[in-house]
Amino acid sequence: MSANGPTMAQALTAALRDSLRADPSVLVYGEDVGPLGGVFRITDGLTAEFGEERCFDTPLAEAGIVGTAIGHAMYGLRPVVEMQFDAFAYPAFEQITSHLAKTRNRTRGRIALPVVVRVPYGGGIGGVEHHSDSSEVYYTHTPGLRVVTPGTPADAYRLLRAAIACDDPVIFLEPKRRYWSAGEPGSVPGAASGESPPAPQPEELDRAEVRRSGTDVTLIAYGPTLATALEAAEAAEEEGWSAEVVDLRTLAPFDDATVTASVRRTGRAVVVHEAAAFCGYGAEVAARITESCFHWLEAPVLRVGGFDIPYPPPKLEHHHLPGVDRVLDAVARLQWDAPVPAASGGRGRS
Amino acid sequence: MADMTSTDERAAAHDLLPPPGPIRLIDADGVRLDGTAHPLPPLDVLVRLHRRMVTGRRFDRQSAALTRQGRLAVYPSSLGQEACQVGAVLAMDEADWLFPTYRDCVALVARGLDPVEALTLLRGDWHCGYDPYLHRVAPQCTPLATAALHAVGLADAARRRGDELAVLAFLGDGATSEGDAHEALNFAAVYRAPVVFFVQNNQWAISVPLSRQTKAPTLAHKAVGYGMPGVQVDGNDAAAVHAVVAHALHAARAGAGPALVEAVTYRMDPHTNADDAGRYRDEAEVAEWRRRDPIARLERYLRTAGALDDAALHAVEEAAEREAAELRARMAQEPRVEPADLFAHVLARPSAQLRGQAALLAEELAAEGGAPAGPQEAR
Ligand SMILES: Cc1ncc(C[n+]2csc(CCOP(=O)(O)OP(=O)(O)O)c2C)c(N)n1
Repeated sequence: MSANGPTMAQALTAALRDSLRADPSVLVYGEDVGPLGGVFRITDGLTAEFGEERCFDTPLAEAGIVGTAIGHAMYGLRPVVEMQFDAFAYPAFEQITSHLAKTRNRTRGRIALPVVVRVPYGGGIGGVEHHSDSSEVYYTHTPGLRVVTPGTPADAYRLLRAAIACDDPVIFLEPKRRYWSAGEPGSVPGAASGESPPAPQPEELDRAEVRRSGTDVTLIAYGPTLATALEAAEAAEEEGWSAEVVDLRTLAPFDDATVTASVRRTGRAVVVHEAAAFCGYGAEVAARITESCFHWLEAPVLRVGGFDIPYPPPKLEHHHLPGVDRVLDAVARLQWDAPVPAASGGRGRS
Repeated sequence: MADMTSTDERAAAHDLLPPPGPIRLIDADGVRLDGTAHPLPPLDVLVRLHRRMVTGRRFDRQSAALTRQGRLAVYPSSLGQEACQVGAVLAMDEADWLFPTYRDCVALVARGLDPVEALTLLRGDWHCGYDPYLHRVAPQCTPLATAALHAVGLADAARRRGDELAVLAFLGDGATSEGDAHEALNFAAVYRAPVVFFVQNNQWAISVPLSRQTKAPTLAHKAVGYGMPGVQVDGNDAAAVHAVVAHALHAARAGAGPALVEAVTYRMDPHTNADDAGRYRDEAEVAEWRRRDPIARLERYLRTAGALDDAALHAVEEAAEREAAELRARMAQEPRVEPADLFAHVLARPSAQLRGQAALLAEELAAEGGAPAGPQEAR
């Protein structure tokens, strides 16, 4: 991860650019995404290259942005819209949950809504209130939406290309504190060479990935906490634990197979995310692991999340965000010296 | 530095202001008014409006009866609003799109939809029973004003593609208070989208009168604030509704941008069959509006104009009766519902979880000895 390749922000820009090149029905719009290039500069240069007709500023109204995107998509366009920040997507909540998510089902598949809603999310950038929410479960709890979040620049490119090519609506959550993290050189196709590869296969949006192999415990993370989990895995190594790291990538649908296979190998699992742990995404992950891996588990599945508090002000946010130490503490609590029940005939691993 | 939109792009307020009083071409006694802003639609159009209103009302009454018999889960009647629904829809081109509300089943049927498919939502066998692309009618749904934004998006997409069509977006008077109505009007104006907002001001939003929704002089006046023309029309005068909407749609198709039409009418029935209008409004008010019945008005005019006699009226009523009988017969059959449909259209590519749940339900049904409902891939 400590590489000097393109940043996640550059990867996202490249994905938008290549999607606009590849498909004339793709439109990019939102608040300040035109000449300014977005407050995070993700749409930098797109209006210049593709013109006002393809990348433009909308009136300042999020329900309006998503609602008109639905109409655009009904007529065969593929809108990619930007919400300026996580908490500023809430005005669009009704359009997203009542229409974007449900129209295909409502019309028995007759209306497809290939709309991507890009949302910079999560904390860690010293933002004042309303600029740091982890809003993923509002969307993952809504059937009909795909929810995707990259943890690396390479994935940011691949997943955004796949999301734009996908016929389902996708909530694309961008971990804003990782925007400026660089990936491996050459990890973003076309970034250096100028060529635009075709969009990845749609199956790209169904898969978690093992980012680091290990044998003792599985750390499950996504988006902003992938880097935290990888760092924690390094540190755990020094303490004698071999940690595997699974990057979920697509929060909905959930890749049960990859997660189950990993936890059955290691027998222990910790889910790491920034969002409040109560009814957080980790609760679902823990429940699913319990259902699919019960006989393989050596310890309860633990969650490391944010506290159950409104997102803190900048001077206090470091107490809230789960860091490496909190992950290591959780790993340490995984009943490493619990006796093996004599009658069980082994540990149930197979 | 700042983008100072040049004043020539913005219309002057007085060009957008609604003319005083609702536009009316035929008065409540069926008399053609002189010196009107719009010409009267040709006689053959008026005859068609009349016929569609009669069959529309018969359809509405039949649907209300089906609800009493338990054949529909709920029915929001548009009794008294036939001139709005039929007048506006018959003003559309085939290429135009209609975005109806839940109250607009008569409009759907006037647009040519199969009445059974139009009633699917209210019958409860699925959410939307018709193919939106077939007659260019967006799905009906209940969250107020939300579809107005879809209408603007679709209209804007057509404009971007250079397709000459307009979109007719229905709204209720209550729905104009919703934030999405505001955003739709604003986006439409900024995008110069070819969309006509058609507000059926039927005076009531369930139990709440218009006076509780707005302090604007009229709903049509709201248009001015968005930079589009607003116009009030007598919503019980089918000729006027048709003329005004046709004019606005034509202008939109020609690139003049959006407009707002407020049709002043009245909801004669309770909000739905489940509502008790006696708790909030006087029968005297209803009786007053009964005198302004839209069908009787056009009938009187057509008789005076020599375009309708007893025999012709009888034929129209008989045709309406036949359609109602056919609807009754078709609705008497239990709808076929397909449990596998529950999973088939959630995503374009069903997830592993959905496939698993579909299989589970199929097993449950097989165990009950019910119809086999295998997991079904989306089309
Ligand atoms: C967002 C939203 N809020 C509340 C409701 C419940 N509701 C259904 S119809 C209605 C009244 C709507 O009145 P109006 O817009 O005037 O249309 P009408 O029913 O008179 O045709 C209400 C409050 C709803 N459907 N959607």
